[in-house]
Amino acid sequence: MDYSQFLAMKQEIGVLAVFLLVFLYDTFMPARSQKALPAFTVILTAVFTAVGFFCCCGLGTESSVVAFSGMYETSPVIAAIKNILNIGVIIVLIQSVKWANGEEMHMRRGEFYELLLVTLFGMYMMISARHFLLFLIGLESASLPLAAMVALDKNRYESREAAAKYILTAVFSSAVFMLGLSYVYGLTGSLYFEHIYFALTTQRSLLLIVAIAFVMSGIGFKLSLVPFHLWTADVYQGAPTSVTSYLSVISKGAAAFAFMVIFAQVFGALYSDVWEWMLYALIILTITIGNLFAIRQRNMKRFLAFSSISQAGYIMLGIIAYNTMGVAAMMYYILVYIFSNLAAFGVIGAIENATGRVSMDDYNGLYKTNPRLAFCMMLAMFSLAGIPPFAGFFSKFFIFTSAINQGSVAIYVLVLIALINTIISLYYYLLVVKAMFISEDECVIANFRSSCGERLGLWICIAGVLLLGIVSCVYSGLLDMTSVSSLNMYFIK
Amino acid sequence: MDVTIPILILAIPLFMFLLLGLLGMKMSHKLAGTLGTLGMGTVLVLSYYTAYNYFFSGSAQFITEGGDRLQALIFDQTWLAFTEKLIIKIGFLLDPISAMMLVVITTISFMVHLYSMGYMRDHHGVYEHGFQRFYAFLSLFSFSMLGLVVAPNIFQMYIFWELVGASSYLLIGFYYVKPSAVSASKKAFIVTRFADLGFLIGILVLSYYTGTFNFTQFTSAPVEGMAGVFQVSENTAMGIRNIFETSAAPMFMGASVLTWALVLIFMGGMGKSAMMPLHIWLPDAMEGPTPVSALIHAATMVVAGVYLVARLFPLYLMEESALTIITVVGALTAFYAAMVACTQIDIKRVLAFSTISQIAFMMVSLGVARPEIHEGLGYMASMFHLFTHAMFKALLFLGAGALIHAIGSNDYTAMHGLRKYMPITHWTFLIGCLAIAGIIPFSGFFSKDEILSACVGYDWVAYLWMSLVAGLTAFYMFRLYFLIFWWKEHKVAEGHHAPHDQPWTMSLPLIILAAVSCVAGFIPFGKLVSWNGEPYDFMAHFDWGVAAVSLTVALIGIGLAAVMYARENTLPEKFKNALPRLWDWCHHRFYWDELYMFITHKIIFGCVCRPLAWFDRHVIDGTMDAMATVTNKASEAIKPLQSGQIQMYVWYYLVGALLLGTITAVCLL
Repeated sequence: MDYSQFLAMKQEIGVLAVFLLVFLYDTFMPARSQKALPAFTVILTAVFTAVGFFCCCGLGTESSVVAFSGMYETSPVIAAIKNILNIGVIIVLIQSVKWANGEEMHMRRGEFYELLLVTLFGMYMMISARHFLLFLIGLESASLPLAAMVALDKNRYESREAAAKYILTAVFSSAVFMLGLSYVYGLTGSLYFEHIYFALTTQRSLLLIVAIAFVMSGIGFKLSLVPFHLWTADVYQGAPTSVTSYLSVISKGAAAFAFMVIFAQVFGALYSDVWEWMLYALIILTITIGNLFAIRQRNMKRFLAFSSISQAGYIMLGIIAYNTMGVAAMMYYILVYIFSNLAAFGVIGAIENATGRVSMDDYNGLYKTNPRLAFCMMLAMFSLAGIPPFAGFFSKFFIFTSAINQGSVAIYVLVLIALINTIISLYYYLLVVKAMFISEDECVIANFRSSCGERLGLWICIAGVLLLGIVSCVYSGLLDMTSVSSLNMYFIK
Repeated sequence: MDVTIPILILAIPLFMFLLLGLLGMKMSHKLAGTLGTLGMGTVLVLSYYTAYNYFFSGSAQFITEGGDRLQALIFDQTWLAFTEKLIIKIGFLLDPISAMMLVVITTISFMVHLYSMGYMRDHHGVYEHGFQRFYAFLSLFSFSMLGLVVAPNIFQMYIFWELVGASSYLLIGFYYVKPSAVSASKKAFIVTRFADLGFLIGILVLSYYTGTFNFTQFTSAPVEGMAGVFQVSENTAMGIRNIFETSAAPMFMGASVLTWALVLIFMGGMGKSAMMPLHIWLPDAMEGPTPVSALIHAATMVVAGVYLVARLFPLYLMEESALTIITVVGALTAFYAAMVACTQIDIKRVLAFSTISQIAFMMVSLGVARPEIHEGLGYMASMFHLFTHAMFKALLFLGAGALIHAIGSNDYTAMHGLRKYMPITHWTFLIGCLAIAGIIPFSGFFSKDEILSACVGYDWVAYLWMSLVAGLTAFYMFRLYFLIFWWKEHKVAEGHHAPHDQPWTMSLPLIILAAVSCVAGFIPFGKLVSWNGEPYDFMAHFDWGVAAVSLTVALIGIGLAAVMYARENTLPEKFKNALPRLWDWCHHRFYWDELYMFITHKIIFGCVCRPLAWFDRHVIDGTMDAMATVTNKASEAIKPLQSGQIQMYVWYYLVGALLLGTITAVCLL
C-alpha cells in the first residue's frame, strides 16, 4: 500500500488531530484548567482552519487528487468547501464558550467539543467519499453524535424529547437511504461512484427511480427538505442553542455539498430525465411550506428552524442549476448563510444565556435596552431576507442567476416562485425587526452585557454580512475555482 | 506612480466619516473637529504632492517628450463583473483636470474644515448640537467629491455623483429641526435626482452602443509601450461617433443617438451645476450652514456638471448641436442669474445666484471651445475659471459666514457700514469682489478675459452677451459690498456688543483664500491644462482689445454700484419705482418656483398622481392583500402537519419518498 495517499487527507487528519488533542486535554488535565477547554478548542480549530487554507492553496492548479483506489477524492473546490464549514465551526465554537463554561455543563463540557469534532470529521468524509460505504460511515458519524449533542441539556425535558425524536427519525431515514442504495447496488453491481455513473447512463426503470427517491430522501433529511423536515422544528427548539446553530448551518451546509456531489457524480446521467423533476418539486415544497410555517412561529428557535428550511430550498437552486456557476453560487450562498444565520443565533443565544427568554414577544422593545444586539439581529434578518447591500442579497442574486442560466422555462417558473417566496420571507423576518424596534412591552429584556465570546462571534458575523457582498473577490474567486473543477465534466446535459 | 497615496487620498476621508460618524458622539466636540481637520489636512498634503508629481515631475507616465500631458490610470480594480461587458470598476485616473480638481477640492475642503471650528459655535464658544455629525458629513462629502473627480469610468463617476448628492442633502438639512432647511434639502435632492435620471439614461445609451464605461475608451488612445497611459485623441472620439452612425438606429426623434446621449448626460450636469431650468434648488440650499455653502454650493459640487462636460469634451466636439445646446443654456442662465442677483436681499442668495451665473460662464466657455478657435482656448478658460472661481467664491461665502456669525442675520438690511468693525472681513471680501468683477490683477480678470476671448472667436453675439453679464456681475457684487460695508453708519443695538472680527480659525482661511485670489491669475494655466494635453501659451492668444473692453465694462458696473449704494440715498428706490415690473420679476426670480409649484401640484399631482393613487390603493394593494390572505389561510390549513408526534413524522416521510418516486416514474416512463 502506498502510504503517501494519506497526504491527500490532510484536512481529515487535521480534524482528527484536533479531536485527539481536545480529548487528551479533557481527560488528563486537572479540573482547575478545564475552564480553558473551550478557548483551547477554539484556538486549535482556528489554527487548523488556517492550515486548511494553505492546503487549499497547496493543491494548486491540479484539479483533483484521488486516493485509496478511487474511494476518496479531494480538490481545490472540496478543500474550499471544508474551509467554509470550518469558518462556521469556529464561529459556533466562539459563541458557545459562555454556555459551555456554565454551571450545568461542567461535567459535559468536553463531550460537546469532542462530539462536534467527530461530526465534522463525518461531514468531511461525506463530501470527499467516492464510494458509498465510506459515504455511509461519514453520514452516520455525522448523525449519531448529533443526537447526543441535542441531548446535552439532559436535565431539560425538551432536550431529551428532541434527542429522541432526532435519533428515531435519523435511524429511519438512514434505513430508507440504505434501502435505496441496495437497489442501486442491485442494478449496477458496484458502490463506487464512478462505476455506478457509467452503469446508469442507459438504464431507466421504476426500481431505479424509487431508489433515487430514497437516496434523495436520505440526504434531504439532513438538509430538512420538505416532506423530510418534520423533525427540524422540534429538534431545533429542544436542543441547546449552540447545538441548534451548529445543526442549522454546518450540518446543513455539509449535506448540501454531499447532495451536489452525489447527484452529479453518481446520478449525473439522469439529471434531466429523473432527478431534476424530483428536486424541482422538493424545492417548491420546501421553500413554500417552510415559509408558511415560519409565519406562525413565536418561539425564536422554532422560527429560525422554519426559516432555515426555506433557506435550504434556495440552496438547492444551485444544484438544480447544474452548472459551474451553480456550484460557485451555492458555496457562496452557504458561506453567507453561515454568517447571517449565526449572527441571528448569536443574538438568540446571548439573550437566552442572560435571561432564558426565547419568545419573539420577549424581543419587544429590545432596541431601547440593548441597541447593539437589536442592531445585529436586524442586520442578520436583512441579510437572510436578501435586502441589499447586505451579503444575503448578493448570494440570492447569484444563486437565482445560476438557476436562470440553466435556461429551461420550467426553471424560470421555479425562480419566479422562489422570488414570490422571498416576499413572504421578508414579512416574517421583518416581524422580528418590528418587535425589536417598534413594538413596546412592559417587561422588556433589561440591558445586559454579553460575554466576550458572544460579542466576538457577533462581530465576525456582522463583518461577514456587511463585507462579503461588497468585496467582490470572494464570489469571483469561487467562480474561478469551480470553473476548473473536476465536477464540470458531469455538467454536460 | 505608487498606488498608496492615491488610495490614501480616498481612504482617509472615508475612514474619517466612519470614525466620526460611529464614534463621534463619544468624543468631545473639539477632538472631533480637530480629527476631521487633521484628516483633511493630510489629504491636502497628499493631493498637493500628487498634483505636483503629475504636473512637474516629468515622469514618462505623465508627459510625453514633446511636452503633451497624458492620462495615467493609477489603478483600476474590477469591482463587480456581471457579464463580460458589464464590468464595474473602481479606479483612479490622473490627468490635468483631475489633478487640478484634487487641488481645488482639498484646498477648499480644508479651509472649510478649519473655518467651521470657529463658525459652528456661538459667541460664548459653545459648540452647536451635532458638531461631530457635521464633521462626519463633511468628510463623507470630501470623499465622494474626490472619488467623483478621479473616476476613470463614467459608472464610478455616477456612483460618486449620487454620493455627492446624498451628502449634500445631509449637509443642507443639517439644521433638521428647521422646516425650511428640511424642505430645502428635499428640494435639492429631488431636483438633482430628477436630472440624474437623464444622466443615467445617457450613460446607458452611450455604454450600450460602445460597450464600455471607460472615459479613456471614449476620448483617448493608449500610449504604446506603457500600460495604463493614454493620450487624448480625436480619432477615438471619431471612432465612437462612427459606432453610432453605423448602428441599427442612428437617429432618434430627429437627432442622432449620440447627440441624445450627450444631451442627456449634460442634463445630469445641468442638475448638479444648477443650470436653468434646473437651478431652483441652489438658492434654497443656502439654508445649510454657511461653510457648507462655501464648500458644496460654490466651489466643488456645483462645478461637477462643468467637470463632466470637460471630461467628455472630445466626444462633445463630435456633436456640434450638443455644444450649441450647452452654449445657449449657459448664456441664458448666466444672464438670468445675474439679473436676479441684482435684487436679492439675503446676502447668501446673492452669492448663490452669482454662483449660478459664474458656472454658466464656464459652461458657455466649454460650449464655444473649438480646436480651430485659438486652439481650444474655451476649454482651458473654463477650467481656469473653475479654479479661480472656486477660490474667490469660497472666500466670499466664508466672508458672508463671518458677517452672519457676527450679526446673526442673513439680510444686508441688518448690516450696513461694517467696514470699521470688521476690517479683516472687509478687506478680504473686497478682494473677493474685485476678483469676481474681473479687475486686473485679481484672478477673476484673467480667467474671465479668456472666456470672453474664446467667445469672440466663436460668435460676436455671444461675446456681447457675456460681456453684458460680466458688467452685471461687477454691478451686483459691488452693490452687495457697498450695502454691507458702506451705505450708512452701523447702529449697535442697545445691550449688544459691537460686531467684531472672528477668531483666527475663521480669519486664517479668509486671508489664505484672499491671497490666492490675488495671485492665482498669474498661474500659467495653459501650460498645465488644455483640452488635448498640448501645452499652450495663452499670452499668444491674449486679446488686449477684449481685456480693455471687459475691464471698462467691469469698472462701469462698479461705478454704477458706487453711485447708487455707497451712501444712503434714494436712487435705488427711484430705480425700482421706474421699472416696477422688471424689479418684481427679478426679485421673485422670474417666478420659476411658482411655475414649478404649479406644474407639480396642479398638473402632475392632480392629473397623474390621483388616478395612480386610486389604482395603487384598489388594484395593487388589493392583489397584495389577497395574496397575504391566501398565504395566511394556507399557513393555518397546514398547521396539523407539524403534530409533534414522531410516528406521523415518519409516516409523512415515507409517503413523501414513495410519492416522489412513483409520481416521477409515472410521468417519465
